[in-house]
Amino acid sequence: MMSLLALFISAIFVNNILLSRFLGCCPFLGVSGKLDTAKGMGVAVIFVTVMASLMTWVAYEFILVPLGLEYLYTLSFILIIAALVQFVEIVLKKIQPKLYKSLGIFLPLITTNCAVLGVAVLNMNEGYSLLQSLVHALGASVGFLLAIILMAGIRERIEANKNIPKCMRGLPIALVTAGLMSIAFMGFIGIIE
Amino acid sequence: MSNPLKLIKNGIFIENPIFVFLLGICPTLATTSSATNGFGMGIAATAVLMGSNVAISAIRKIIPDEIRIPAYIVVIAGFVTVIQLLISAYAPTLDRSLGIFIPLIVVNCIILARAEAFASKNGIIDSLFDGLGMGLGFTLSLTFIGSIRELLGNGTIFSLPIMPSAYQPALLFILAPGGFITLGILIALFKNIQIRKEECKTGDETSYDGWEALSGCEGCGLSAVCGSAALSAAETEENKEVDA
Repeated sequence: MMSLLALFISAIFVNNILLSRFLGCCPFLGVSGKLDTAKGMGVAVIFVTVMASLMTWVAYEFILVPLGLEYLYTLSFILIIAALVQFVEIVLKKIQPKLYKSLGIFLPLITTNCAVLGVAVLNMNEGYSLLQSLVHALGASVGFLLAIILMAGIRERIEANKNIPKCMRGLPIALVTAGLMSIAFMGFIGIIE
Repeated sequence: MSNPLKLIKNGIFIENPIFVFLLGICPTLATTSSATNGFGMGIAATAVLMGSNVAISAIRKIIPDEIRIPAYIVVIAGFVTVIQLLISAYAPTLDRSLGIFIPLIVVNCIILARAEAFASKNGIIDSLFDGLGMGLGFTLSLTFIGSIRELLGNGTIFSLPIMPSAYQPALLFILAPGGFITLGILIALFKNIQIRKEECKTGDETSYDGWEALSGCEGCGLSAVCGSAALSAAETEENKEVDA
């Protein structure tokens, strides 16, 4: 039990998926302009990452390993994720139109998000059990939500500032901000042995 | 058929994927902790890009339009698997240091963007040289960023000592924060040169404001596919609703 908690905490803070593993930078920099959109994106990523970890774990353990096709994991994981995202989109549209309205627009963005595939590959490389994979996926995507919300909050302030030189505006200042955030997150390294 | 040299030059300078199109930020940040890693990643991506460009260009007429993106992804994932197996067989050290970023070449937006923007519309030979040019642009940029980070963070380039032995390496630059900060400053310098050039040419202050180019998706060949366009469309729709 303790180790699961440690895994969860370390996935959020110590090995933050954005700030120390560099996964999912495109939406992190692209969608973090507004706090509301950032929140929606973060929640959609949590949902898809956990679902995708479940599906890829099952596919890897029960299909690829018995058939001796482990080397096809890249191909099968990306197909599973793409199909899953489509499927979730269709189901959500049918059953929960309200939720679809708030999350739906983020779903297509997620297929090309390396965080989802990255978490699935990490689970496999580390040899996690199903429960560990799910906890790791949840921790990593909560870490994504945390980082993207922090970033959106900071950027709303930065963009109100007109003194920034022209060449630093936009992406460069966002990257430098992310670097400073990453330094702050390095402070968490000591909490997990 | 266009001039191959022109296509290569286009990839390296005019449409440089990192500094002009701001594509593929994740692998750029993650694999430039040393010049060797950056170079290795660049070569791996170049090989995948050339292979996928040729294959997609060859089958571009038989792929139905509706399912072209999944089809491209399958082709790209196939080439990534080949490269991955080759790297782990012949360059195990590189395999260890790049880690999960080799399988993640699949979701590298540069490759899908070239498939969508170039290979699906052009012939096989043009696509091959486009892939080579873009790949070289990516490799050179990665090696350049990797060299700067390695020089500041370790005092070496390609593991050769450059700095005098009295130099105290700033370890920060080879850690995660250094990646963000170095890339941010390099993009700003690049933008600055562009702005200066424009101002020299027109003699007026540039109208470039900077904030519009905020999103990393700007100029990406995938914007129509991956949903950022849908996102902004939905936002304008919402605004309209609010207005009404």
